[in-house]
Amino acid sequence: MTLAPGLFTPDPGPASWHQLLRAQTWIELKLTLRHGEQLLLNLVIPVLLTVVLVTQSFLDLKTTSGLSKVDFLVPGILALAVMSAAFTGLAIATGFERRYGVLKRLGATPLPRWGLLGGKTLAVAVLELIQIAVISGVGVALGWRPHGNPLSVFVLVVCGTAAFAGLGLLMAGTLRAEATLAAANLVWFLLLFAGGIVFPLSSLPGGVADVLGFLPSAALADGLRTVLGEGAGLPVQDVVTLLAWAVVSLGAAARYFRWE
Amino acid sequence: MTTNATARRAGPSGQRLHSVDVTPSTHARTLAATEWGGEPLRSAAVEVTGLVKRYGPTLAVDELSFTVPRGSVFAVLGPNGAGKTSTIETCEGFRRADGGSVRVLGRDPVRDATELRPRVGVMLQAGGGAYPGARVGEMLRLTASYCRNPIDPALLLDLLGLSDSARKPVKRLSGGQQQRLSLAMAVVGRPELVFLDEPTAGLDPQARHAVWGIVEALRSDGVTVVLSTHHMDEAERLADEVLIVDAGKKVAHGTPAALTRGEQPTLRFRADATLDADALLALTATLPAGCVAASTGDGGYQVTGPPSAIGPHLLAAVTAWCAEKSVMPSDLQVGRRTLEDVFLDLTGRELR
Repeated sequence: MTLAPGLFTPDPGPASWHQLLRAQTWIELKLTLRHGEQLLLNLVIPVLLTVVLVTQSFLDLKTTSGLSKVDFLVPGILALAVMSAAFTGLAIATGFERRYGVLKRLGATPLPRWGLLGGKTLAVAVLELIQIAVISGVGVALGWRPHGNPLSVFVLVVCGTAAFAGLGLLMAGTLRAEATLAAANLVWFLLLFAGGIVFPLSSLPGGVADVLGFLPSAALADGLRTVLGEGAGLPVQDVVTLLAWAVVSLGAAARYFRWE
Repeated sequence: MTTNATARRAGPSGQRLHSVDVTPSTHARTLAATEWGGEPLRSAAVEVTGLVKRYGPTLAVDELSFTVPRGSVFAVLGPNGAGKTSTIETCEGFRRADGGSVRVLGRDPVRDATELRPRVGVMLQAGGGAYPGARVGEMLRLTASYCRNPIDPALLLDLLGLSDSARKPVKRLSGGQQQRLSLAMAVVGRPELVFLDEPTAGLDPQARHAVWGIVEALRSDGVTVVLSTHHMDEAERLADEVLIVDAGKKVAHGTPAALTRGEQPTLRFRADATLDADALLALTATLPAGCVAASTGDGGYQVTGPPSAIGPHLLAAVTAWCAEKSVMPSDLQVGRRTLEDVFLDLTGRELR
């Protein structure tokens, strides 16, 4: 083989931070959108749940707040979408990247850890924007009329994302990839039904409901319902609950995450 | 030890980035103290001193020391479990030394990781570490986009015979294709030093030659290469210096020429008929004084004797005897022992 002399002459150096971040965000987003199960989890199931639960009458919702069915369900589905993207999807993808040595290998490139985590964060944020746009569009088509301050929604989604991402990364960084896959799906499924997302916790016995109300899924869904359904201001208790989850889970992930 | 390396690098090889390249390593070490602009300019590419690495009760690396001069190709040879990967991964900053010290480009591979990462290219064993769902071209372009002045990814894919697979997902590549992608990822950022952990394991002959071509081009462009391998011919062909390790310890270190020198020269051949002890005695009787024919135990035969006797007359005597007995000799060669012989002598012939 003849190679041009000087092709490999050393000239090392990292790219600019914004190029690193853009490249990492774009690959993370592309890989998610290309992955069949991720698409199912993040978009298809939330949209189908919205359509089926709103239009079919087998779910008889007795809500204490007196919200209509669509006003109750769409904020819950938005919370579900955040959980899908920031918890289950992130945990599974990161778990398998760890298992296949991707995280280890990227650790030997000029991409710093903040670049990897920043890319993942931005990719989750863009995915959430897509989810919110699609689910809101379907909701509006089904008669949903959102109220409230978009800034409050933004704060809730950011806090919810931080809480779920911390839990997802903690799981991905400590369990085997198969265990993460199973656990992340199981938790998603349990919280869908018992985490205040599609069934109101008020239909459960008082003591149980009070405890379950502190789950991140319940705090996020309840907060979104309060803002979007009732047009209320920022639900402080829900935000504080989500922030507490975020601090504990991100702290534990930073402490216990194993890169290989 | 480095005369071979120096001679090879003296050829036309384009611009030299590091003037220290042609300095023998012992000299480089004495100059290591000379700092310039905060950079230990004259430091060796890799300097390992008394490295100890433990996994629980297992001692994987036991007081290993070696120095890799800048601009050279350095091969680490050893049987499975000899501590090659532990040593290399400690130099890459993936593992912390349990004892001793490791300096890479004059820096600490763990503490100074941020500074070293762009300057050091890494190929993991078995070519791992690409996103399984990413396409080949996409993965290499991603790695290139982390770097300030990368080599054109399309050119690298072409050099490594991966152009036709550029749109294939990484998870559908063969093992050999993954290895080549991993090599491309290691060099795309124009690093000063690359670590290649078994770069040709499981490759077909064409792919091996492509990888060798890249390693030779890296050296002539002034890049330091540290590679581990099981293939003796690879080390013999590529490396300026070879370090043979076994059970975490250094068992030999030097140029391939130095390691295979010093043995008495030998004539080796195979035969299409079995030569028993009597036949070998008869053969010995016809040979120049001091030469002895013997079986090597693996179906081959060898004649050893004083260096002055190993020459054309000996060759003529052996072939004449074979002609008389109607024995066809094959693989007939005169020379020193190979690196493989050195390796097996040092690390033992039994499987472990």
